[in-house]
Amino acid sequence: MRKMRKVAIYGKGGIGKSTTTQNTVAGLVEMGRKVMVVGCDPKADSTRLLLGGLAQKSVLDTLREEGEDVELENIRKAGYGGTWCVESGGPEPGVGCAGRGIITSINMLESLGAYEESEGLDYAFYDVLGDVVCGGFAMPIRDGKAEEIYIVCSGEMMAMYAANNISKGIMKFAQSGAVRLGGLICNSRNVDNEKEMIQEFAKKLGTQMIYFVPRDNDVQRAEINRKTVIEWKPEAKQADEYRGLAKAIDGNQFFVIPKPLAIEELEKLLMDYGLMS
Amino acid sequence: MSSTNNTDQPAWEPAKVKAEILKRYPAKVARKRAKQILINEALGNETPEISANIRTTPGIITMRGCTYAGCKGVIMGPTRDIVNLVHGPIGCSFYAWLTRRNQTDAGPDGANFMTYAFSTDMQDSDIIFGGEKKLTTAIQEAYDLFHPKSIAIFATCPVGLIGDDIHTVAKRMKEKFGDCNVYAFSCEGYKGVSQSAGHHIANNQVFRHIVGENDEVKPGRYKINLLGEYNIGGDGFEIDRIFKKCGITNIATFSGNSTYDQFASAHTADLNAVMCHRSINYVADMLETKYGIPWIKVNFIGADATAKSLRKIAQYFGDQALTDTVERVIAEEMPAVLAARSDVRARTEGKTAMLFVGGSRAHHYQELFTELGMKTISAGYEFAHRDDYEGRQVIPTLEVDADSRNIEEIRVEADPTRYQPRKTPEELKALTEAGYKFKHYEGLIPDMEQGSIVIDDLNQYEAERLVELLKPDLFCAGIKEKFSIQKLGVPMKQLHSYDSGGPYAGFLGAINFYHEIDRLVNSRVWSYMKAPWQQHPELSASYVWE
Repeated sequence: MRKMRKVAIYGKGGIGKSTTTQNTVAGLVEMGRKVMVVGCDPKADSTRLLLGGLAQKSVLDTLREEGEDVELENIRKAGYGGTWCVESGGPEPGVGCAGRGIITSINMLESLGAYEESEGLDYAFYDVLGDVVCGGFAMPIRDGKAEEIYIVCSGEMMAMYAANNISKGIMKFAQSGAVRLGGLICNSRNVDNEKEMIQEFAKKLGTQMIYFVPRDNDVQRAEINRKTVIEWKPEAKQADEYRGLAKAIDGNQFFVIPKPLAIEELEKLLMDYGLMS
Repeated sequence: MSSTNNTDQPAWEPAKVKAEILKRYPAKVARKRAKQILINEALGNETPEISANIRTTPGIITMRGCTYAGCKGVIMGPTRDIVNLVHGPIGCSFYAWLTRRNQTDAGPDGANFMTYAFSTDMQDSDIIFGGEKKLTTAIQEAYDLFHPKSIAIFATCPVGLIGDDIHTVAKRMKEKFGDCNVYAFSCEGYKGVSQSAGHHIANNQVFRHIVGENDEVKPGRYKINLLGEYNIGGDGFEIDRIFKKCGITNIATFSGNSTYDQFASAHTADLNAVMCHRSINYVADMLETKYGIPWIKVNFIGADATAKSLRKIAQYFGDQALTDTVERVIAEEMPAVLAARSDVRARTEGKTAMLFVGGSRAHHYQELFTELGMKTISAGYEFAHRDDYEGRQVIPTLEVDADSRNIEEIRVEADPTRYQPRKTPEELKALTEAGYKFKHYEGLIPDMEQGSIVIDDLNQYEAERLVELLKPDLFCAGIKEKFSIQKLGVPMKQLHSYDSGGPYAGFLGAINFYHEIDRLVNSRVWSYMKAPWQQHPELSASYVWE
């Protein structure tokens, strides 16, 4: 049996990590892969499209209510195409420590055997909130919890800046562990020369732009229906784009330790491509 | 040479000792430490500058404590009828509980919470979801169980990291109860350079939330506050015994065996007598600015120092009746002291001591060693600032750095109704002209002999090296140093907790101390131990005249 691949998706807040992850997972499911998605965001909205709504009770809520006596079945729920969906959860905005919550939650999943070979998983996906702000949010890339990282970005300055910052985090942990960068996923915002710029940015980071996802309002329409595009409208053009991304990830063999850019270098990239036309 | 007698060894030059200690450090660390190790030149009026109250270099095993230790452990720990509730994991509460041997007398009201360790016992889920609810519940529980006059909340490190708003919780509970003053201290351990930051934080909050809450005028003719006395081993009891005998009323002790009401009434006293300058000078200054109470430095460690301090208090009040009583008390107390001293001194004369403790103890205890004919060859503080070494005149020149800016400095103004100068300008002038010094502390350095070595923030390595090189007859510090020093074959006296002894303050305390030091420096047990330098006399091998 094939070894389970452990994937984490990072990127600037609001860039479309959860949407991209779930749509890609739907594509992998169509290919016959068995996937678990672990949402690492206190908002607990990383599995909404796969589950058809926010019905999920988070690991931390369960832990708080049930005490130590938690079963795997209490904290994971079957979603689209037999995916396992888990939400780490966390405190309300402005209180406590969400980072610590993610650490506790992932440890809980491990101790309950969610990653055991007997579960027959091909993939575990971690969908992580925003930037790598503190140790807790770096948890999935520490200690080999995730071994391949994809960064969702666009051609907008702040998205690229965040991607560069996340690369710094990966570089730090890659030197002492197995984690590697698998590529950038460009979630297009229709910025000028976006595809070329991200390709160049990826090259400079030492990685690849693994897929260019064009902007399409079908994504938003599917979201309103609490579904991935593949489930909501399998024949849509955008569904094929996500299938393409799923295939690219499934066949990816290019994993690197990224070389983050100096800020001047990053700004020059923006100038060169932004002023080209 | 295989002699076990210290006096047979050639004396080390202070400059060589300093060079020897610094030798092992990397260049940058050595440069920094060089400014904290000073060979006292006894320059008359000029006191050499020492570097103090700066961060310890990481990797050095410092003798210092944390900000929480300074706030909860030192200042608030000895109060007996305030529920001291620690918000954090249990260890911070348990290991800060009763370890300083602050004694209490529950008194007629019977209120004494010192025997309880109050903690919110934070767990993983409290860190994740925030601990405010648990804190609220704990405050309510303490209130329901004990109905205390006051509840103090102390922040530990994780509380600061997750941002629990302990001050709002305290305010809400105070309003809810109506008859219980609740306030909080943001004294997370990581905050300052040392425990000194915690003292400052405690001073600020005690002044802001408690002092001035009770305007009732207490009976008594000569009313003082004793600041910076923590009743270790019953020191405060002995000092209070002497005050009572002299007819001096102690309104509030900050904070040995203190009560909420003492703090609340502190503004009704007429003089502030400051023992530990470092830990409490903030409150002394604020009491003067807001209420017009002057402060003087006193020292009740040492019988001669005690007599001097009593006379200083009597001189302030300028009342012949008090002066006569004080003289009578001194005359009554001193014969027993002198008898004990002359008995012991024959065996202690010429012995040497090292003191590395506190922010004033390393200074105060030299009085007692002088009374025993002993010489302090090296001393220093753990958490003092430059003014505690060089004297208060350096305060305007102290550099404000990022660490000191991190600790709140509260500004107070004269109270519109309660500010009342205790002395007229003429009276103050007359006292000053007679050589009386207010707000004056000249620090440790001027009192030390030429060639003595003053070291700030001594660490484990340096302590051991100093003992090996200078072989003192006695080493004084805290529990962390206790056993490593004894393993070097040198008797060790804890001057934080007094081991199991005390009191050492006042007249009876001095007698206790004489006997204790006699016992320590003349104990034969040390001669049965082989110290490392006795087994491997590497130093004596290098001298050509041997």
